[in-house]
Amino acid sequence: MYEIVAFYLFSALTIGLFLVTVMSKNILYAMTSLAAAMVLISGFFFMLGADFLGVVQLIVYVGAIMALYSFAMMFFDATRDIKEKNTSNALVFLLGGLSALVLVLMFAAPIMSDNLNTANMLINGMSYSEFIDGNISKYAQYALDNGIQASVEGIGNAQSVGVILFTKYLVPFEVAAVMLLVAMIAGIILAGKKMDNSLTKDASIDDEILVVKDEK
Amino acid sequence: MIGLSHYLIVSAIIFSIGLVGVLRRRNLLMLFFATEVMLNAVNIAFAAISHYYNDLTGQMFAFFIIAIAASEVAVGLGILIVLFKKHGSLDLDDLASMRG
Amino acid sequence: MENLVYIALFAPFVSSLFAALFGMTERKIWIGVVASMLLATSLVASITLAYTVYTTGNAIHVTMMDWINAGDLNIPFGFVVDQVSVTMMTVVTLVSTVVHIYAIGYMDHDKSFNRFFSYLSAFVFSMMILVMSDNFAGLFIGWEGVGVCSWLLIGFWYHKPDVSKEENPSVSPSWAANEAFIMNRIADLGMLVGIFVIYWNTGSLQYDEVFAQLPYLSESVLTIAAITLFIGAMGKSAQFPLHTWLTDAMEGPTPVSALIHAATMVTAGVFLVIRANPLFAAVPDVSFFIASLGTFVAFYAASMALVERDLKRIIAYSTLSQLGYMFAAAGLGAYWIALFHLAAHAFFKALLFLGAGNVMHAMHDELDIFKMGDLRKKMKGTWIYMTLASVALAGLPPLAGFWSKDAIIETAFNEHTYFLWIMLVITAGMTAFYSFRQIFLTFHGEDRHTALGFHPHEMYTFVLVAMSPLAVLATITGWFMKEYEAFITKLLPQYEMSEHTHHLASYLGLIVIFFALSGIAIAYLKYARTGDKAWKRDEKIESSFLYKLLKNQYFVPKFYEEFITKPYMMASEVFWTKVDLKIVDATVDNIAKFFYTSGDKTRSMQTGNLSNYLNWMAVGGVMLLVIAAISAMIG
Repeated sequence: MYEIVAFYLFSALTIGLFLVTVMSKNILYAMTSLAAAMVLISGFFFMLGADFLGVVQLIVYVGAIMALYSFAMMFFDATRDIKEKNTSNALVFLLGGLSALVLVLMFAAPIMSDNLNTANMLINGMSYSEFIDGNISKYAQYALDNGIQASVEGIGNAQSVGVILFTKYLVPFEVAAVMLLVAMIAGIILAGKKMDNSLTKDASIDDEILVVKDEK
Repeated sequence: MIGLSHYLIVSAIIFSIGLVGVLRRRNLLMLFFATEVMLNAVNIAFAAISHYYNDLTGQMFAFFIIAIAASEVAVGLGILIVLFKKHGSLDLDDLASMRG
Repeated sequence: MENLVYIALFAPFVSSLFAALFGMTERKIWIGVVASMLLATSLVASITLAYTVYTTGNAIHVTMMDWINAGDLNIPFGFVVDQVSVTMMTVVTLVSTVVHIYAIGYMDHDKSFNRFFSYLSAFVFSMMILVMSDNFAGLFIGWEGVGVCSWLLIGFWYHKPDVSKEENPSVSPSWAANEAFIMNRIADLGMLVGIFVIYWNTGSLQYDEVFAQLPYLSESVLTIAAITLFIGAMGKSAQFPLHTWLTDAMEGPTPVSALIHAATMVTAGVFLVIRANPLFAAVPDVSFFIASLGTFVAFYAASMALVERDLKRIIAYSTLSQLGYMFAAAGLGAYWIALFHLAAHAFFKALLFLGAGNVMHAMHDELDIFKMGDLRKKMKGTWIYMTLASVALAGLPPLAGFWSKDAIIETAFNEHTYFLWIMLVITAGMTAFYSFRQIFLTFHGEDRHTALGFHPHEMYTFVLVAMSPLAVLATITGWFMKEYEAFITKLLPQYEMSEHTHHLASYLGLIVIFFALSGIAIAYLKYARTGDKAWKRDEKIESSFLYKLLKNQYFVPKFYEEFITKPYMMASEVFWTKVDLKIVDATVDNIAKFFYTSGDKTRSMQTGNLSNYLNWMAVGGVMLLVIAAISAMIG
C-alpha cells in the first residue's frame, strides 16, 4: 500500500517539477525544480531496491551537478527572464505528445496482455504473481548464472554492486574514471582564466574573422 | 500492485517532457536541463528493469550514465561559458554559422 | 630430382620476370643472352629428367603446395614428370632455347627487344605448366597462359595500322591477335565445360583419379566430356572450323610463329588428347570423329597451301595440315605415334619457320615468294636448312618426317579406314608439292628480286649455328623410333599393327614415298627451271574457280565475316543503343538524378540553426518509434 501511494506521489511530483523545468521562463526556477525532481527520482531508486544508485543520484546529481549549474549561473545573467521566440509550439507539442503516446502505448501493452493472461490464469488456477514469476524467472536464472542478481538474501545492495562493479565491470569502470578525469581537465581549461583568448588561434587571426563577419 | 510497466510509463512520460524541452527551448542552458531530464528518465527505466528482472546490469548502466552526465555537464558548461564570453548570449538562434 | 623439376619449370619464369624488369627500357642484347641461358638451364634440366625417366621408367610426381582447398574440391599445385610430359618438356625447352637465341639476332633492330623476351619466356613457362601439371585445373591455367602470351606476341607489333582484307588477309597484328584470342576463348568454353563435367562426375581433377574412375561412368557422360574437351583442343590446335586464326597469327614476329604457332602451343590440343587418352579410348565414336576431322583438316589445309604466295602462311597451312595428321593418329588410337609426330614436327617446322624468318629478314619483311627466286646463292645456310626441313616435312626417308608420317598413314590402313588412308596419302603428295614449290620459288629458278630492288644478305652466323640442333634433330629423330616406342609405351597404350599390315608395310611406305617424290617432281618441273622454261604467272589458272576458292581459303573467313561478325556487330549496336543506353544507363542515371534532386530539395533543412536540427532529429526519432510500435503490433 505504501508502495502504491509513494509511487503515485513521486510520479506526480516528478512530472510536475520537470514540467516546470521545461516550461519556466526563469532559469532559477527551472534549476530549483530540476534539483527537487532529482531528489524525488532518488526516491524511485530506493523504492526499487537500488539503494546505492539512489545515494549516488543524490550525491552526484543533486550535490555535484546541480552545484555546478549554480556556479555556472554566476557567469550568466540568471535573474532575468529569458526571452525566447518559440515559433512552432504546435510542432513541439505534437512531437512530444506523439512520442509520449507511442511509448506509453508500447509499455502499457504488456499490462493489457497481462490482464488477458490473468483471465487465462484464473481459468488455469494460477495466480498473477505465479505467472509473473514464471515469466521473469528465466531472466532471473540468467542473472543467477552470471552472478549478477540484484538482491540476494543477507547481502546488501551496495555490497553486491561493489562486487560486480569491481569484477565484471572493472574495465568500463576504469574507463569511466579516465573519462571523468578528462572531463575535469577539459572543464578547467575551458572555464580557465585566459578564456578571453581563443584556444586554438592567435587573437589576431580571431579578430580578422570577426572583421570579415562584420563586413557581411 | 506496482509493476514494471508503471515505472516504464512514468519513465516514458518524463522522457517526453525532456524531449519537449529540447525542442522548445532556445536557451542553451535550458537545453542542458532538458537533457538531464531525459537522462534521468532513462535511469528510472534501467533501475526498474534491473529490479524486476533481478539483474544488476541495469543499475550498472545507470551508474555509467550518471558518470557520463557528470562529464557532459563539466565540459558542456565550460563550453557554454566560452560561448557566452564570445557572443554575450546563449540563444541558439544566434549560433547559425553552420548554415548550409 | 624434385629440384630439377622446379628448375625446369621456373627457369623460364625467372627469365620472364628478369626481362620484364627492363621491359620499358631501351634494348639490351645481354638480356636476350641471359634469357637464352636460363632457357638452356631449363633444357638441361628437362633432358636430365628425360634421362632419369628413361633409365628408371618411373614418373616423378611432386606436389609444390596446396592450391585450392574448398569444400570437397582439393586441387594441389602438383606436377608430374612422366614419359609424355617429359617428351613435351624436352621438345618445348629445346625449340624455345633455339628460338630465344635466334630472336637475339632476329629482333636486334626492334626497340621492344626486352619486352619480347619477357613475353617469350612467359610463354615457355605457361607451356611448361600446361604439360607438367598433374590435374586438369593446372592444365587449364597453362592453357590460358599460353593463350594470353600468344595474344601478346601475335600483337607484338600492335602499332601497325589496320589495312583492308584485300591488301592483307590478316588486317593487322592487333586484329590477328584478337582473332586468335577470341577463337580460343570460344573453344576454351568447351574445354571448361568438359572440366566441369569431369569434376561433377568423378569429384576430382587429378588425372590418375579421374582415369581410375572412368569405367564407372556412363557412356553419355564420357561422350560429353570427350566432345567438350576436344572442342578445347580444336581451338588451341586450330582444327576446322576454328582454324582461321592460325594463318592470321603469322602477323607476329617470326620467332613467335616458329615457337608458338608451329612447334609448341598449337600442339597443346594434341597433347590434351594424348594426355586424356583413357577417356578418348573409351568413346570410339568420338575418337573416330577426331580422326576424320584430322584427316579432313590435313587435306583441307594442304589444298590451301598449294596456291598461297605468302611464305609464312604456306608454312602455317602446313602446320595445320600436320596437326591434322596428329589428330588422325590420336583418333585412331595410335597415341604414341601422334606424340612422336608431334616431336618430329616441332623440330622441322621450327627449323622451317626460322629459315623463313631469315628470308624475311634478308628481304626486308617481304614474304611474297613470287618476288623472290634464286636466293640460294646469297643465303646458302638458310637454303640448306630449309631444304632439309622441307624434305623432312615432305616425308622422305631417312629424315624425321618420313618415319612418323608413314606410321600414321600405316595406322589409317591398319584400322581399315581406307578412305582416311587415301586422303592422307594424297595429302602427303600435296605436302611435298607445296613445300617444294615454296623452296623452288624462293631459292631456285629465275632471279626476280633484284629487279624489284632487293639486296638479300645472309643471317648472322651465330643464328645459323643456333639453328643447327634443330637441323640435326629433324634429320635423326626418326632413327630412334623403336627406342622411343619402348620408352613411351610404358605409359601410353601400345599400338600393334596387324600381321596383314606388317606384311604390307614396306609397300605402303613406298606408296607414300612415290607420292612425295612425284609432288616434288611436279614442283621442280613447274617452278625450279630457268631460262625459256622458267615459271611465269599464269592468268588463266589464277582466274579459275578452283584457284580462287583455294586462294580465299574456301571463303571461310568471308563466311565468318558476313554471317557471324557482322550480325554480331549489328546485334551489339542494337543492344548498345536500345538496351544499354535506354534501360541500363537510364536506370543508373535516374537513380543518381533522384538523389541529386532530393539532396537539392532537402538542402533548405540546413539552416545552421541547432534548434531546427533538433526538431528534424526528433521527427526522425518519433517516426522510428511509430514504425517500431506499428511493427510490434502487427508482429
